[in-house]
Amino acid sequence: MITQPEELHDVRLQVNGSVHEVRVPARRLLSDALRHDCGLTGTHVGCEHGVCGACTVLVDGRPVRSCLMFAVSAVESEITTVEGLTEDDGTLSPVQQAFSDCHGLQCGFCTPGFLTTITAGLRENPEPSEDEAREMIAGNLCRCTGYQNIVKSVLRAAEIEREIERESGEQVQ
Amino acid sequence: MKPAPFAYLRPSTLEEALAALADTQGAKVLAGGQSLVPLLSMRLAAPSTLVDINGLPDLDGIAADAAGVRIGALARHADVLASAEASASQPLIGMALSHVAHPTIRNRGTTVGSIVHADAAAEMPMVLRLLDGTVDVASVRGRRTVPAADLFAGPLESTLAHDEVAVEAFFPALAPGGGVAFSEVARRHGDYALVGVAALVDTEGGEVTRARIGFVSVSDVPTVVDVSDALDDPAGAALAELEPADDIHATAAYRAHLVKVLTPRVLADAIHHARERTGA
Amino acid sequence: MTTKMFGAKVPRVEDQRFLRGQGRYVDDLLTDDPRLLHSAVLRSPHAHARILDIDVSDVLDVEGVVAVWTWDDLTGPMAEPLPLLIPHPTLTHGRTQYALAKGEVNYVGEAIAFVVAVDRYVAEDAVSRIRVDYEYLEPVVGIPAARAARTAVHPDVPDNVGARMTQENGDARAAIAAAPHTLSLDLDIERSACTPMEGRGTVARWDPDTSRLTVWSSTQTSTGVRGCVAAKLGLDLAKVDVITPDVGGGFGVKVVHPWPEELLVPLASMTLGRPVKFTEDRREHFISSAHERAQEHHVEVGFDDDGRVLGLDVEFWHDHGAYTPYGLIVPIITSTQLLGPYKPQSYRVTFESVYTNTVIVTPYRGAGRPQGCFVMERTMDAIAAYLGKDRTEVRSANFIQPDEFPYEHGLVFQDGRELTYDSGDYPASLAKLKELVGWDEFEDFRAEMAAQGRRVGIGLACYVEGTGVGPYEGAHVHIETSGKVKASIGLTTQGQGHQTAFAQIVADTLGVRFEDVEVVTGDTRKMPYSVGTFASRAAVMSGSAVHLAALRAKEKALRIAAEALEAAEDDLEIADGVVSVKGTDASIDLGTVAVLSNPLRYAFDEASKAATQFRVGDPGKPPVAEGDEPGLEGKDFYSPPRSTFANGMHAVIVETDPDTAEITILKYAVVHDCGHLINPMIVEGQIHGGVAQGVGGALYERMAYDESGQLLNASFMDFLMPYVTEVPTTIDIDHLETPSPLNPLGIKGAGEAGVIPSAAVFAAAIEDAEGFPITAMPISPSELFALRLEHADLPAEALSEETR
Repeated sequence: MITQPEELHDVRLQVNGSVHEVRVPARRLLSDALRHDCGLTGTHVGCEHGVCGACTVLVDGRPVRSCLMFAVSAVESEITTVEGLTEDDGTLSPVQQAFSDCHGLQCGFCTPGFLTTITAGLRENPEPSEDEAREMIAGNLCRCTGYQNIVKSVLRAAEIEREIERESGEQVQ
Repeated sequence: MKPAPFAYLRPSTLEEALAALADTQGAKVLAGGQSLVPLLSMRLAAPSTLVDINGLPDLDGIAADAAGVRIGALARHADVLASAEASASQPLIGMALSHVAHPTIRNRGTTVGSIVHADAAAEMPMVLRLLDGTVDVASVRGRRTVPAADLFAGPLESTLAHDEVAVEAFFPALAPGGGVAFSEVARRHGDYALVGVAALVDTEGGEVTRARIGFVSVSDVPTVVDVSDALDDPAGAALAELEPADDIHATAAYRAHLVKVLTPRVLADAIHHARERTGA
Repeated sequence: MTTKMFGAKVPRVEDQRFLRGQGRYVDDLLTDDPRLLHSAVLRSPHAHARILDIDVSDVLDVEGVVAVWTWDDLTGPMAEPLPLLIPHPTLTHGRTQYALAKGEVNYVGEAIAFVVAVDRYVAEDAVSRIRVDYEYLEPVVGIPAARAARTAVHPDVPDNVGARMTQENGDARAAIAAAPHTLSLDLDIERSACTPMEGRGTVARWDPDTSRLTVWSSTQTSTGVRGCVAAKLGLDLAKVDVITPDVGGGFGVKVVHPWPEELLVPLASMTLGRPVKFTEDRREHFISSAHERAQEHHVEVGFDDDGRVLGLDVEFWHDHGAYTPYGLIVPIITSTQLLGPYKPQSYRVTFESVYTNTVIVTPYRGAGRPQGCFVMERTMDAIAAYLGKDRTEVRSANFIQPDEFPYEHGLVFQDGRELTYDSGDYPASLAKLKELVGWDEFEDFRAEMAAQGRRVGIGLACYVEGTGVGPYEGAHVHIETSGKVKASIGLTTQGQGHQTAFAQIVADTLGVRFEDVEVVTGDTRKMPYSVGTFASRAAVMSGSAVHLAALRAKEKALRIAAEALEAAEDDLEIADGVVSVKGTDASIDLGTVAVLSNPLRYAFDEASKAATQFRVGDPGKPPVAEGDEPGLEGKDFYSPPRSTFANGMHAVIVETDPDTAEITILKYAVVHDCGHLINPMIVEGQIHGGVAQGVGGALYERMAYDESGQLLNASFMDFLMPYVTEVPTTIDIDHLETPSPLNPLGIKGAGEAGVIPSAAVFAAAIEDAEGFPITAMPISPSELFALRLEHADLPAEALSEETR
């Protein structure tokens, strides 16, 4: 039996403000398209069944499992990956900085999914309580940190964002 | 864990979608994909074609009024959960949705998709069944309204034909004297429930006139038991109709025990809720 | 003055790349290489079967498939069984699998065929087209079935027993017979697994131009992989480079090598002349990597009125799965580390390591210690209950005292050396733990909660952990002419912050700025002599080695600087990368010293002009003195006589729901003694992670095999790894720093500690809450409910009812 080559789809993915034109089969998971076709390997794949959260990216600003979406379905969306969280000048975002401050990561494999999830979470709730911080990360697995310092990182990120806001407020005055 | 090949269609109108489903053997509808994609990746399902309805217009509506809540096929769990109007009309929707997986899954997963996935371990099929809601279904043959009581055929099996698309679910509003409550025990926060229990009561002057209990994970299909005549032992009445089973997470005996623990609690909560609403 | 880095909470340098999404894990490599091929493995769907025929004829017709291998295609050493890495005289019936199954399969997941294709999707399509005819054999699943031996896993292994081993110190059986009190206990632990977030993975690239093979693998031992790849593929060691890129967690499973794919990927790359990648998926990780923990134990103990153990006789059965590539390390560790901080007057231990038709068992963080700790601590609790004594009192009566170190147990440890504890202060640790958890105030708390209808319990568990096993680790420190320092260690890193911790040591030892030190790990091109990262050995072994290597570099720097500054070496000091004569302005920076260390013919920049032959040296002497080498470098190895022994104690307060039997953690306390801390932030992170993994092992995770040998929960959906919602909201940690006398920095390992006492401490607390014995872990609410029913008629339940 000889199988036919798979049909390929021209897909225009908008990732971190750039457009990536890729040709992929329909079954190409968004996670694989980001990693292998767009070369954005910061998004990690930990389970491919939507439980671990390592592959979480922002789709139109909302955290979504990229292993549970097909690239062909992502055409009309603006996608943000961990690479897109860093400021244009290379400065770490408040969430990224907080993880460094609080030792919120060890092996770093699950980290991108936490960073994207928390980035969106803090937009929705900029001043989370400790319980809310825990709830914010409750769908992401980490095997290294025991989550203790990730919870601290969420609170610290909120604090950094407040500091930045205060400073920019002072500058305006 | 990569899906087998499939053809892909992304229609831009419902008519196109329905025609595609009618024309294609082995096609499946892709909405949120949060249950479907893992099945594809594990190659437990291999449809010939996926008809992606995410490009269809006007299917993401969430409309609530005194009659109830209408939820479109592309409305994501997260949006339904965030809808104050929906929760005001039928509070059980929000109570149950907060137990559906984790927020990230709720951002993409659709409530209607979850219902027609017909998982007896999922919250929303049971809620629709308990509330006697309906699902509007479209195909090239036209539209029909399926009552929840006729929707669930077996484990992960709805009564929808292969060419039908569920376009909207309707959850009746909570009646003025009504009360609802929900509780579940899961191994981990966000997991499928070992046992989930919801209650819907009607009251008049603070007295219960009707009481029904819905159960998650204790039978093959979403199951509702009328306990109006068994208010002193609702769990006993329920267990007569449930079929708790063993799995790797819990024994049947433990599930039955949880039914006994949760049912009276949830019923009491629902009665309390009704009395609170009516000031009785 | 350079700030002292050792002991400081220095933020990790590796975080920068991880946080930006710029880490390079194995699946990230060569993604932009259009020649890269991908692979997938056909794995046995049966636990025990003979392979009658494999038909791959449909596979090569699949568009995009490049090649397929079965055992029949393998030749030479590749067709031989995989190595038995750690042979032991008592492992009389060791067996290992083939890279691809030869005629039989012995667990669900065993590799049968290897497909290479243009991408993983197509490779999986191809795998699904391979047809295998099997003759089913009855599988052996679980320790009772293995012991019953109705069926043999391997026909030539009698009674399914791979090894029997006994160690004895004194006459334990006689001591028990003569003891005033005796108890018997049966204690079981189930299977679990490391489950790092990143599975296994290997990339190989054969370069025909240079005839060199480069292998990147997500491993805990790059030198181990290198040795195996060279031997199996018939290559000179010098032709093989193994690089361990960033690793997404290991916890033990990645120290096993070579995995079939670690050989098949390089073989495919050499055969096809193209780079090839294998990335294990999650289901594969569950069924074809390694598990651990499953053991059943029987304890006989004799003790006096104070609870002092006069004789301890432990017999246990270790389920090592279908093969024994990692030897007997896990049961040997259980049998020796079971003793913890105690000194029973006599001890006898014997174990059988048995075959089952399940995934192989190799060390998982803790490596046999959690089981040993469970056995010993449950025994201590049983003695206390029997005598009606406080559980801490019985432990105190059995502690090795601070003045008894070094303490010889009269046993042989996992490294073949005497089991001799180097240091510790167990009474001080226990005092700290009681304070931290509120041990003495707990009965008040219990009464307070009981008044609210709530049921709580407290438990504690103590352990001692042999860390930093040999044989050795090495380090190379190179000071460049820029003054930047490059340090290379051979062992690999998978999240422990080695690039930070070892840079701290180098900065302190050399007197350079931390920012100027860069550490490379796990690259055989930089440091070909190394063992690997396991057994909480990295800090002790590589930490000591990097310190010694930096000292060598410093010695040389001082010698050259002394000459340049015309001063005595003793009068020099190094701070912030500058060598100066104490009390004067005379100084020279280390970069210039590096320039001077390497006499040059050719100048290539301003700095190197200073080192050309017309500028430096005495024209009457050889430019490089006899016995000296050019360059400002230091290399050294650390090889200790034996392991160092860290210790710790955990306590937990749990609440058990009287109705639903759900178990909630109210308080978790850790007292930890790993000697001097290099970076307390990193150590605490290791403890947090260990505790969470321990919570998983005690309350959530298990490998659910059915009777046919199918793993029913091979997904993160059903293997219940804790989320943040399942771990304690806080973990209270207190440190004791009892230095090890065995290494120059006084350090002990910390990587595994957090997970060791979990099963023991949770069992103790749940038992305390419920009033009946907990003898098997993990425990779920469903199981606790069943135990309640079982004990409902016993007086113990009445006791627990009173406490409600």
